[in-house]
Amino acid sequence: MNIIKFLDDLSDKQLFETKGSRRDSFNQMKNVGKNMALASIPFALAATSKKTSAATMSMSSAMFQASPTDILNFALTLEYLERDFYQMGMDTSGLIPAADRDVFGQILKHEVSHVDFLATALGDAAIEKPEFDFSGGPGGLSLDTFGNYQIFLALSQGFEDTGVRAYKGQAGALIDNDVLLEYALQIHSVEARHASQVRRMRGEKGWITFNDNTLPDAFSGIYAGEQNTVQGGVNLSGMFEDFGGDAAVTEAFDEPLTMEEVNAIASVFIVS
Amino acid sequence: MKKPMINVQSFHDGREGKMNSRRQFLKIGGLAVVGSSLFLYSCEEDGIADEEINALDAKGVDNKRVFNLGKGDLGILNYAYVLEQLEAAFYTEVVNGFYYNSLPESNRGEKQILRDIWYHEVIHRDFLKAALNSIAPPGKVAPELNFNFSGVDFSSRDNVLTVSQILEDTGVSAYNGAGKLLESADYLLLAGKIVSVEARHASAIRDLIRPGTTYFAGDDVLVDLGGSGIAYDKAVAPRDVLAAVASTGFLETKIIANNLPTA
Repeated sequence: MNIIKFLDDLSDKQLFETKGSRRDSFNQMKNVGKNMALASIPFALAATSKKTSAATMSMSSAMFQASPTDILNFALTLEYLERDFYQMGMDTSGLIPAADRDVFGQILKHEVSHVDFLATALGDAAIEKPEFDFSGGPGGLSLDTFGNYQIFLALSQGFEDTGVRAYKGQAGALIDNDVLLEYALQIHSVEARHASQVRRMRGEKGWITFNDNTLPDAFSGIYAGEQNTVQGGVNLSGMFEDFGGDAAVTEAFDEPLTMEEVNAIASVFIVS
Repeated sequence: MKKPMINVQSFHDGREGKMNSRRQFLKIGGLAVVGSSLFLYSCEEDGIADEEINALDAKGVDNKRVFNLGKGDLGILNYAYVLEQLEAAFYTEVVNGFYYNSLPESNRGEKQILRDIWYHEVIHRDFLKAALNSIAPPGKVAPELNFNFSGVDFSSRDNVLTVSQILEDTGVSAYNGAGKLLESADYLLLAGKIVSVEARHASAIRDLIRPGTTYFAGDDVLVDLGGSGIAYDKAVAPRDVLAAVASTGFLETKIIANNLPTA
């Protein structure tokens, strides 16, 4: 299956394979595209197992339940993107300064492993590697990604921060699959290590303050929602004035992205 | 069915001095006993075992507070609260210590990194406390624990960063190992929101120790999965994390983790 068909399938599932009562199906349909409105959908309606039956879920992914295969292919797409990006960066003479090559060599090594791991896990069900355009052509951009190190660094940060949010957004959908959930978590935190490192190489903090975006404007979606101060139903805004205030509150929690949101970001670089 | 049960007890015996060498800290993963007493009781699940453990608890350290983390998601949240208390207490000492206070202020610099991490851990701690108090009666929520950092030299950059690295790496592996033990998707998401921030901390601290190297996500802390290469954070079970924490001697309050889920 190629990436376009894969994305179409996912989109179809979001629209047509929602599980729930008629009333909630109505609400879900009404709210498609308005993720913030999904916060009140009881997750029990989208779940079938004992594990989740008592839970309510505030993630917008509750609107549909991606299969483990869908999730692994989603992850594989992102890992392919990252792996090819770093491979091309490392292979481009004169792009990455000598002092930074150890860091990017290590990140590349990890992304190669992640691709191999996910592709092996999926076997015949693995999607074909998409064709990427790191200038952002499919999204209407023309970035000098491999000719300008600052652009390369910026995209690296964007991919890593997106990766963290993408894996986080799928954790809930894997709650009944302990093995896959743990693997995903083990990758998720490595992406966060990468993100912290690259952010700091760009003169940023290693953590995300509010929804601050220092990338080109086209990538503001990567940080959308990171300014959230409500955790577990508790609004932490104003509660930590002696500890960095709301800036620190938003730094202390990373936020998830839905598959749809991540695909919108990745599609800027996906030709087919 | 055999269900391993473990009882982690740690209390300071007050005999050791400052830990001056990095080697002593790095023993943490190997359950070395550093200036503390560590008892591990492992037994099969049956009524007699429970009685024995309770009896041991009662007579073991009668002058110390004892807390049972509890079971299910509540137990896991208490466990997270214990870890965040440890981290917050450590960084509170850091920012009151000579090393931190001798650092120059600079944007994105070392001092700001440590201060940010202190903020984040305090926020995590207080958030978990509030979350726990909203779902459980006071007796079921872990108390404010007593810590003893007399073994750490807070005037030493090397000492502080080494302990910081261990705490952050341990935090990452702990949340990764706890994820599958949670029943609630809400709590799983919250754990996910926190663990990646711990990983960002670990990366930054590691880069302070060995700047510009592979150490931010080093082969020393990552593991292989399925032969695909060393590219994954560890996922460590609560009992192993608590045993490692006990081995540091930092935690004075006795913790009972018998009832935490193991699968």
